[in-house]
Amino acid sequence: MNAIGKFLRTFDMQGSIVFLGFVAIFLFFAIVLYDDGFLTTRNLSNIVLQTAPTTVMAVGLVFVLSAGEIDLSFGSITAVSAIVAAFALREHSAVAGACAGIGAGLAIGAINGTLVAYLKLPSFLVTLATLGLFAGVARSITNLQSIPVLNDFFVGFFGSGAISGIPSLVIWTVVAVAVGHLVFRETRFGAHVVATGDDAQASLVSGIRVKRIRFLVLTICGGCAGLAGLLYAGRLQAAKYTLGESDLMTVIAAVIVGGTALFGGRGSVVGACVGSLLMGMLNNGLILMGLPVSDQMIVRGLIILVAVAISLRQTER
Amino acid sequence: MRNEAEKAGQPVLSLQRIHKTFGGLVAVEDVGLDLYAGEIVALVGDNGAGKSTLLKIISGVHKPTSGKIYLDGKEIGLQDAATARLQGIEVVYQDLALADQQPVYMNMFLGRELLRSPLGLLDRRKMNEETRLLVEELDLRIPSTKSKVRDLSGGQRQGIAIARATRWARKLVLLDEPTAALGVAETKRVESIIKSLKERALAILLISHSLDQVFRLSDRICVLRRGAQIGIRDTRETDKNEIVSMITGLG
Repeated sequence: MNAIGKFLRTFDMQGSIVFLGFVAIFLFFAIVLYDDGFLTTRNLSNIVLQTAPTTVMAVGLVFVLSAGEIDLSFGSITAVSAIVAAFALREHSAVAGACAGIGAGLAIGAINGTLVAYLKLPSFLVTLATLGLFAGVARSITNLQSIPVLNDFFVGFFGSGAISGIPSLVIWTVVAVAVGHLVFRETRFGAHVVATGDDAQASLVSGIRVKRIRFLVLTICGGCAGLAGLLYAGRLQAAKYTLGESDLMTVIAAVIVGGTALFGGRGSVVGACVGSLLMGMLNNGLILMGLPVSDQMIVRGLIILVAVAISLRQTER
Repeated sequence: MRNEAEKAGQPVLSLQRIHKTFGGLVAVEDVGLDLYAGEIVALVGDNGAGKSTLLKIISGVHKPTSGKIYLDGKEIGLQDAATARLQGIEVVYQDLALADQQPVYMNMFLGRELLRSPLGLLDRRKMNEETRLLVEELDLRIPSTKSKVRDLSGGQRQGIAIARATRWARKLVLLDEPTAALGVAETKRVESIIKSLKERALAILLISHSLDQVFRLSDRICVLRRGAQIGIRDTRETDKNEIVSMITGLG
């Protein structure tokens, strides 16, 4: 037990509020929805598979928020990346499709980053604008149609496939979280990200290249959103402009609940992953409870409000 | 390690006929000053006397209009604050350049984190250990090197800023009003830390508004008035009245 606690502490979680919340909600659903199949392996693995894209987006957002910036556009980036990949897959290989999708995400992220870091525009306004802009692009290049993805290798690699029994979506989630955690906690870049978000002036006089950090976090977030787009396209075997559209609130809530500071200086990739699973579980449980969609939205909104309030209170001390 | 003869003979920093104008305004006029290892020189003068401008010239923020700067006998051109740091010059700012939510040891290495091979990952253990030794050596009295900076008092924070400068300075530490924001007891603590820096064979240039502090800490006092250098006195051979009349130009 002690070893586990020590292991968890290395993740630098702000308290274990996100774990407590996770366990509490899990137990609640496990008891209330026992007869509705919440606890079945199938349902639980469904939750994990469904949250894969949002977890990947959350990893990118941890970097942005920790650096004291915000990205509101990652949902649109996800859609554009999935669509670009789907178009590329019509005539090219799975590798080319994946590169095109990720490349699109990185490119849009780099546009955000350039505007914020080098033209000194506020990230809130920049990404609010690109959110709308690329939602329009996604509609315009597809004519509001769904683009089918027929490449079997791509679908298996990013969607329905499995390696020795482990679904590829789970593998992608684990890889994204592990790499994100390593870069965030254990590299000089990660340290400079939190320092920049903590006190940009102090970072600057300490020799940290603050502009470069701001550019890079937004580019990374674009890349993560691009990967999320590939996961959506692989799982649904199609790309549509609606992908990622409804993930904005979920991902921001997952990241904040996971212990990342809304105004920079502190973050946790592992916390964001648990936060994302928590959001997915909430979604799943509310559906199993048989609530109509309108009620689901209201309850989810209220729970997110409470969860975010608790985690902010916990960390603002 | 510098050898003893050099320490005694050659100034660490030598300013020669430093002149700085902003547009038509003369901010610093023909200032010449030698700083030796192991001594504290105080820079005093009224508001607008040119103290801060001179400090910014030495720390590479401003370029002098004319004049020469020698470090260990070699003329140096300071392009910016980063080059000055590379030359072994560290500044402790009045408004503490610390990242509040980060632990003490990360602040100590802010922007210059230690890495471990082969992957080039952060060496937190080594940074923490080095910080712990330095904190002990300077007797900083903080709860832990893993404490977040924002949980510390103003004096403890300034102690960390000074410790960081000490860790990285190889030649010269510039202190810009280091106790301006502190209470009486904390000022006393920070002053004793500053005194202990003398033993590290660093040259220290102190800007302070408090003459009491200047007399407590410094070996020599350099007085500026409206950009011009009025004179340099040995602290032991002068008194407050003389310094005040030099600062004000009256009496």
